[in-house]
Amino acid sequence: MIKRVLILAVLVFFLILFLSRVAGIDTPAQLTGVGAGYVDRSVGELNSPNVVTAVVVTYRGIDTLGEVSVLFLAAAAISLLLGSTGKKNGKGGAKEKRSASEILTTGADILVPVIMLFGVYIFLNGHLSPGGGFQGGAVVASAVLLLFLAYPGFRLRHGILAALESLSGTAYVVIAVLGLILASGFLDSRLLPLGETGRIISAGTIPLVYTLIGLKVGTELAGIIDSLGGDR
Amino acid sequence: MTSLAMITGGLLMAVGFWGILTRRNLIRMILSLAITETGLHLVMIAAGYVRHGTAPIIDEAAVAGQTVDPVPQALVLTAIVIGVAVNALLLALIIRLYRKKGTLDVESFGELRW
Amino acid sequence: MMMTILFIVIGVVLLLAALLAVHMKSLLGAIIAVGVVSLFVSILFLILGAPDVAMTEAAIGAGLSTVIFLFALSRTAGRDSDDD
Repeated sequence: MIKRVLILAVLVFFLILFLSRVAGIDTPAQLTGVGAGYVDRSVGELNSPNVVTAVVVTYRGIDTLGEVSVLFLAAAAISLLLGSTGKKNGKGGAKEKRSASEILTTGADILVPVIMLFGVYIFLNGHLSPGGGFQGGAVVASAVLLLFLAYPGFRLRHGILAALESLSGTAYVVIAVLGLILASGFLDSRLLPLGETGRIISAGTIPLVYTLIGLKVGTELAGIIDSLGGDR
Repeated sequence: MTSLAMITGGLLMAVGFWGILTRRNLIRMILSLAITETGLHLVMIAAGYVRHGTAPIIDEAAVAGQTVDPVPQALVLTAIVIGVAVNALLLALIIRLYRKKGTLDVESFGELRW
Repeated sequence: MMMTILFIVIGVVLLLAALLAVHMKSLLGAIIAVGVVSLFVSILFLILGAPDVAMTEAAIGAGLSTVIFLFALSRTAGRDSDDD
């Protein structure tokens, strides 16, 4: 009990510190600093109306590359932790899997292609409207999740998944290095012609890179779902 | 609006830390960690807000200098994805611990205590 | 003004859901409460002018994260040891 009182006291102390620092802030009327610079330059330099995409893919692209590799490491560690040992305790997996209801399987048959298509739409339009590789990848992974729920015996083909994942990762790095050689820096998206503002094929390599990120994130999240949910 | 969002985020973070420090079930500790992350994301997004700001997407409707800051948004975007991957990794470790000991109580994992 | 009231209402719901997630007896209910927190936070992100982040939070925080927690719960028999 004394421990709890102590924890509460420490938390309240830090909360008061934070609130006294924060309560007086009034919202700035105008954007200034580095953010304003990105907003001013995004269309002129990279032809990408969505500034967040320009920041994620190009201006701070190396951050995103590191982030994708952290995601890959986490997915690999999860399948290492849960993948191999499951085969031994066949007793737990032996319990009969109840097949899903008719409504769920029929709905999944209709919805899975549409959800996949929506995911692809989100990551192809990342430079024009809200969305991008991370959101689109999550939507693709949720289509895989729906397949898992509808067909309990469903197994992912790990060979194809691993090939797609490593291929898109390699292509991402190759594009980044090509930017270093042919354009002005690592991950520079002005490798391809910038095109006309507002078209899908414009803004240099941004749609290409975001498609690769979408495929990579989608396959990795599907792999995480497979190794956590697959009751083997 | 900024201070309102920051206060909400700070309170969420406090609730999450309270959960991490006082609960004993491992899954519930990870849930509290997720709440803490959410509060932190809210504080970071609020730091980039501009009065009557629009989303940082440049078109005819956007007024110069009236869009919100895109940099915290890009940071939070990656932080959310990293956060869910790290939570999944922690849950995988917890599943392994459960297979070994058959319990989720954090008090029963005391091998490293001295 | 309208937005401020909406903001405060959602903020109160958020804090209640978070407290519920920490103190609820049933672990399943706590997981759902964390999903509710993520969903309402994504509305706040939308009000703060961050549609990209709102999409990510709704798809990953409220969708995939909840499902991952549920999988972990089902694989650990869901025993709750919060009895202190």
